[in-house]
Amino acid sequence: MRVVWSLLLTVLALPLAAAPGGGELYAQNCAVCHGADGRGGVGVPLALPSFLPSVSDDYLAATIRHGRPGRVMPAFTQLSNAEIQAIVAHLRSWMPPGSKVVTLSSQAVKGDVVRGKALFAERCAVCHGANGEGGHGTGVTFSRPRDLPIIAPALNNPGFLAAASDQMIKTTLMNGRDGTPMVSFLQQGLSERDIDDVVSYVRSFAAEAGWKPGNDDTPMLEMDSPYTLAETVEAVKRAAVGKNFRIIREQSLENGLFAATQESKTAHIVYFCNFNFINQALALDPRVGLFMPCRITVVEREGQVKMMSINPKYLSRLFNNAELDKPCEEMYQVYMGIMEEASL
Amino acid sequence: MRCNSLVLLVLLCVGLTSVSHADELFMVRSSHAFPETMATLQEVISRHGYTVSRVQRVDIGLTDSGFKTDMYRLVFFARPDELRDLSQRYPQLIPYLPWPITIFAEGEETLLVTANPAELHALAHNDELKHLFRRWSTEFRAILEEVRKGE
Ligand code: HEC
Ligand code: HEC
Repeated sequence: MRVVWSLLLTVLALPLAAAPGGGELYAQNCAVCHGADGRGGVGVPLALPSFLPSVSDDYLAATIRHGRPGRVMPAFTQLSNAEIQAIVAHLRSWMPPGSKVVTLSSQAVKGDVVRGKALFAERCAVCHGANGEGGHGTGVTFSRPRDLPIIAPALNNPGFLAAASDQMIKTTLMNGRDGTPMVSFLQQGLSERDIDDVVSYVRSFAAEAGWKPGNDDTPMLEMDSPYTLAETVEAVKRAAVGKNFRIIREQSLENGLFAATQESKTAHIVYFCNFNFINQALALDPRVGLFMPCRITVVEREGQVKMMSINPKYLSRLFNNAELDKPCEEMYQVYMGIMEEASL
Repeated sequence: MRCNSLVLLVLLCVGLTSVSHADELFMVRSSHAFPETMATLQEVISRHGYTVSRVQRVDIGLTDSGFKTDMYRLVFFARPDELRDLSQRYPQLIPYLPWPITIFAEGEETLLVTANPAELHALAHNDELKHLFRRWSTEFRAILEEVRKGE
């Protein structure tokens, strides 16, 4: 009995003993997107003087916990509550000197959803999208040029709606966020009643079904070829060129790992590319380059020649980015099309 | 009572293991410029016993085709004997080998991204592969962490 308890205590104490502080946790988990100092990167800037004082610790903690499904920011389910609090404290260290966090009431806003909908279409849709789906592309840098300094976040997002209270949304509309395209709508001529209506409309997005990652569970695509390995390689190249791809390289699977004379010749990679497509995909999310250039491997095992590739529809879930669903579907069609044609 | 504590212990362990598998991509930002980070990455990869098989210069292809881009490359790596063995016994892994890490410039800083092998559950259909993917997961995370810290 005692053994069980001491084991339990040891197990519990382990993560505590090794626990890094908020700054280090931020550097490990957040800096890649939000920048080391919270000012840049993808998504909204965190170290914005008009942002931090206007939101509660609960909002920040819930945003970290839920992420923004389909909008790149992952849900940090693996962090403990203590770790999340440490990160929140680190974000607070960026508050403007002397500023204080507002205390907002938890009272629900009761506005007219129908009026709010019309106002939203008129005033908000241009940046936040007709259905509150947010601006396009991952944003600032992530290596790509972009027009607006900050992309408008998705408001129909279950992660946002779970984190934001009615009063938080209302405050954002009343005050705007200085230094961003999000202006004060009081100053833009909306009345407080108009703003309440818009808040109620934004809240009504919560009834929508949120984005779900694809459920294709086959990690790789493969097809048998009736031809020899060398013939199949040529057929794959012809089919890829026929679909507007450029063959950029071919090599054995073991190339670069063994001396050329030692390389096994029973697995041969054909790399092909359409730079227009790559350029568009990287503009949506530069991380997808992980599965580029396109590649089909021709493999011979026990006398049977097969063509193989990754399944883009299986891997799309890694990125938590709804905008990648379409290009991943397209890539899936490309791979299947090339393999089918090469095996005719 | 004893029974209860055991249940608790089991629940706790289940909780902890499911927790450690939550991140699907490993992503880090290095505060160093691209060339320096690229050199560190290759060094760290070999320190972990892997061989870099190839660096794919995606940026060169894009620039040659008239697109504007900053440095954007892929580093492929493997342990030669491990890759040979796996490609014979588990051909379904072939499209994923050698493993890639994306490295790209963001101004004076550099971002690195790779997939967490432990999250590709459908690829690891038996205990040997599950174990292998967990080992890779730990190693690849460590590689990126070392690059982030510039070690
Ligand atoms: C000119 C473009 C633009 C318009 C018009 C606009 N917004 Fe925004 N909005 C933004 C940007 C950009 C942000 C992110 C600001 C930041 O960096 O914190 C934002 C932030 C927000 C946020 C906070 C979201 C979050 O994740 O913290 C809310 C809520 C919001 N806007 C609601 C609205 C509503 C409702 C309207 C219409 C009344 C509106 N916005 C009009 C660009 C716009
Ligand atoms: C993979 C990139 C990525 C990572 C990693 C990431 N975020 Fe985000 N984050 C985003 C994006 C993108 C948005 C905006 C979502 C949108 O545009 O709809 C966002 C939004 C936020 C917001 C809402 C800001 C606002 O104006 O309301 C907060 C707070 C935040 N992130 C904190 C964090 C913290 C803390 C971490 C680390 C624990 C983190 N993020 C990790 C990409 C990321």
